[in-house]
Amino acid sequence: MSISIKSYYPNEELALRIRHRKAVYFSRFCALVTWLGVALLAVLFYQIAVDGYMWLDFQFLSSFPSRFPYKAGIKSALVGTLWLITMLTFIAIPLGVSTALYLEEFSKDGRIHRLISLNISNLAGVPSIVYGIIGLAVFVRGLELERSLVSGALTMSLLILPVIIIASREAIKSVPDGIRNAAYALGATPWQTAWSHILPASFPGILTGVILSLSRAIGETAPLIMIGALTYVAFLPEGPMDSFTTLPIQIYNWISRPQEEFHQLAAAAIIVLLTVLLTMNAGAIYIRHKTEQRLK
Amino acid sequence: MKIAMTLNKSNGKNTRSTWLEKLIVGTLAGCTLISVITTVVIILMLGKESAVFFTQIPFLDFILGTRWVPLLEPTSYGVLPLVWGTLLITFGASLIAIPIGLCSAIYLSEYASSRMRSIVKPILELLAGIPTVVYGYFALTFVTPLLKTIFPSIQVFNALSGAIVVGIMILPMIATLSDNALSAVPRSLREGAYALGATSFEVTTKVVVPAALSGVMSSFLLAISRAIGETMAVTLAAGATPNMSLTFLESIQTMTAFIVQISLGDTPAGGIAYQTLFAVASLLFLITLVLNIISQWLMNRYREVYDE
Amino acid sequence: MTSESKTTPIANYHGSESVLELRDVSICYSGNPAVQNVSLNIFKYNVTSIIGPSGCGKSTLLRSLNRMNDFIADVTIEGSIKFDGVELTGKEIDPVLLRRRVGMVFQKPNPFPKSIYKNIAWGPGINGYEGSMDDLVEHSLVQAALWDEVKDRLQDSALSLSGGQQQRLCIARALAMAPDVLLMDEPCSALDPISTSRIEDLIFALKSKYTIVIVTHNMQQAARISDYTAFMESGKLVEFDITNQIFTNPTEKRTEEYVTGRFG
Repeated sequence: MSISIKSYYPNEELALRIRHRKAVYFSRFCALVTWLGVALLAVLFYQIAVDGYMWLDFQFLSSFPSRFPYKAGIKSALVGTLWLITMLTFIAIPLGVSTALYLEEFSKDGRIHRLISLNISNLAGVPSIVYGIIGLAVFVRGLELERSLVSGALTMSLLILPVIIIASREAIKSVPDGIRNAAYALGATPWQTAWSHILPASFPGILTGVILSLSRAIGETAPLIMIGALTYVAFLPEGPMDSFTTLPIQIYNWISRPQEEFHQLAAAAIIVLLTVLLTMNAGAIYIRHKTEQRLK
Repeated sequence: MKIAMTLNKSNGKNTRSTWLEKLIVGTLAGCTLISVITTVVIILMLGKESAVFFTQIPFLDFILGTRWVPLLEPTSYGVLPLVWGTLLITFGASLIAIPIGLCSAIYLSEYASSRMRSIVKPILELLAGIPTVVYGYFALTFVTPLLKTIFPSIQVFNALSGAIVVGIMILPMIATLSDNALSAVPRSLREGAYALGATSFEVTTKVVVPAALSGVMSSFLLAISRAIGETMAVTLAAGATPNMSLTFLESIQTMTAFIVQISLGDTPAGGIAYQTLFAVASLLFLITLVLNIISQWLMNRYREVYDE
Repeated sequence: MTSESKTTPIANYHGSESVLELRDVSICYSGNPAVQNVSLNIFKYNVTSIIGPSGCGKSTLLRSLNRMNDFIADVTIEGSIKFDGVELTGKEIDPVLLRRRVGMVFQKPNPFPKSIYKNIAWGPGINGYEGSMDDLVEHSLVQAALWDEVKDRLQDSALSLSGGQQQRLCIARALAMAPDVLLMDEPCSALDPISTSRIEDLIFALKSKYTIVIVTHNMQQAARISDYTAFMESGKLVEFDITNQIFTNPTEKRTEEYVTGRFG
């Protein structure tokens, strides 16, 4: 059997020109669309900056919310957010890292192990508002912790735990086996190996995950609204049982008012919130970048 | 000096360290249990209150009813308008985010220089970290006024604005996850295609994207699930009017927006309004859970093909 | 001895026509030379193998023959590579058109995750083939000695084939484009001995219709299947001659040391 193949490609030159043109247009289109996405981000930032910058001053940062826009500020929201981060650091981070360490270093690879892993990745996908409802039912009402910082911190802990666990597991997984074997060969117990070798080696990765999860918690609004974090708080919480407000809730409150001035106040508060978040996220991305370079 | 070593486990010092070791590992295992307990509690709480709800409202009336008036007499608990609102937002958001996100992913993995990539990817990741309440602000103060100049009849709260901002919100997620999937397609496959006289367009659309399809689909599903569960942006942008309107120009209410609306009023525990919260949340939980499980299944299948 | 004096006599000796002519070809990755001043001819309907220790630049040289190096950032090529008398390194040459006439088979089998049939039909399809696709698929698979094994399951995934079958599928895929030259980059390095010998038989059968250039680290393979052999070391062409000459009576001492297994 013999086929003369060349003759089966009619109009070859024209077809090729069209194909090349398609390839060029397609690559340009993809680049354009990507930059469109980036441009949207720029528009978003610009819009917020223009709306809010004139309200940003020391008075704004150091005043309580008020019915009068010119007197209003975010003092209680800032302090509430700070309280929340601190409490999350002490509740969620140890829990999350311990879980990751257990799953990666101590538990046997079996059915239960796989089931727990599956469970954690599903928890990561549960909408935040569902955590809010659980927080309301369990912490606020069930355990009678009221609408306090503790309730908020516990609810948020549940929300960010899966994120911390998944990130920490990735970090621990990337520690080369050589380190483990070396430590075991010197007679170290599993815990000694984990504590003095695995954890330090995976620290940057864990830190990145922790920062990203905390920044997610700082920006979350819905679960805290569910557990009823007050939207008008003219005092500072003094202990974990006090009621509180946070930056996103204050922002939500101001956005939902009809007056233009409050919208601008919201924009000013968003600038503060985004500054905090972007600093944290950029830090996390930087640490990851550094670690990647070191590993190369 | 005598060097002797006992391998006997009952050696004094050894016993203490073994005991300590066991305690520590036990503690770690206890921490792991928290995530299991969380799941159990979520399912129990949602199940328990929903069960109470369904003793009063027939399940079929809830799931098939087309009127959602839970707070005013005469009450009606047909959840479809809320589901419709959620679908409308999700559909609109996907329509925006999936094509743009996929194109960005293709740009990042196939066309961008490594320098460009190292600039654009962190930007997308930062975009993914913006709180949803900020997107709500963007919807109300920027998108809706802009839409008003195009559609003068548009309501202050409308589905279109919500869909647009939710679309912008899930876009970076689709772009970064799809980029990961496309980048995992082995180089050798691209080279094989180029060696047959293919152009970059043909290699990308006919070899790379199909090869990464399950990974890409997984990222779409994850993003859709995120859009369904999204709360603050849609509450602020799309309003609180449950209806089954076909146009994007009217106010609607999503499942999540309803939950927020109820919780803003001081609902007493145990009332029917309180239980409605759980019934709607259960539905939300189930829908997102199914999507997430399919997404993970696709992702695992994808990893099996290319991880060696 | 200059490279000219190495190539010209053989051409005269064999009286065969050159398909590819390389003159003083140097290739650099980000400024680091990978191939330096290589000059040789590839003769029509012959098998030419390029041997040498790993990292000697043989794959890099092969990939420059159908411009696959275009995809690696920061590669520079100097010198002249002529295909059918046309300079192929130039900007005005369309690499897509070139690759249709200079096909390639890679180190690891890389079938597309599609059906066996689609793997073969894909290349002709995108290039606007208007003949009978079924015939072309059959013809290509027959040529690659794979037809009998897969004729009843053409719609199965190519990934369901064994490694050796996958590699023959990749050869069939390249043959479907009816290339003038077939480049093979260590095509047997990932295969077991039985699959390897089947592919060697195949190469032997194919040279009546195709010009084949094969990179291999396996000297016995080069000796068995090729008409000409080029020996490279650290980016330089040490010796190029008819295979028999290289293996029995090499001019250069380094070649002799290499082919007798004293280093490499």
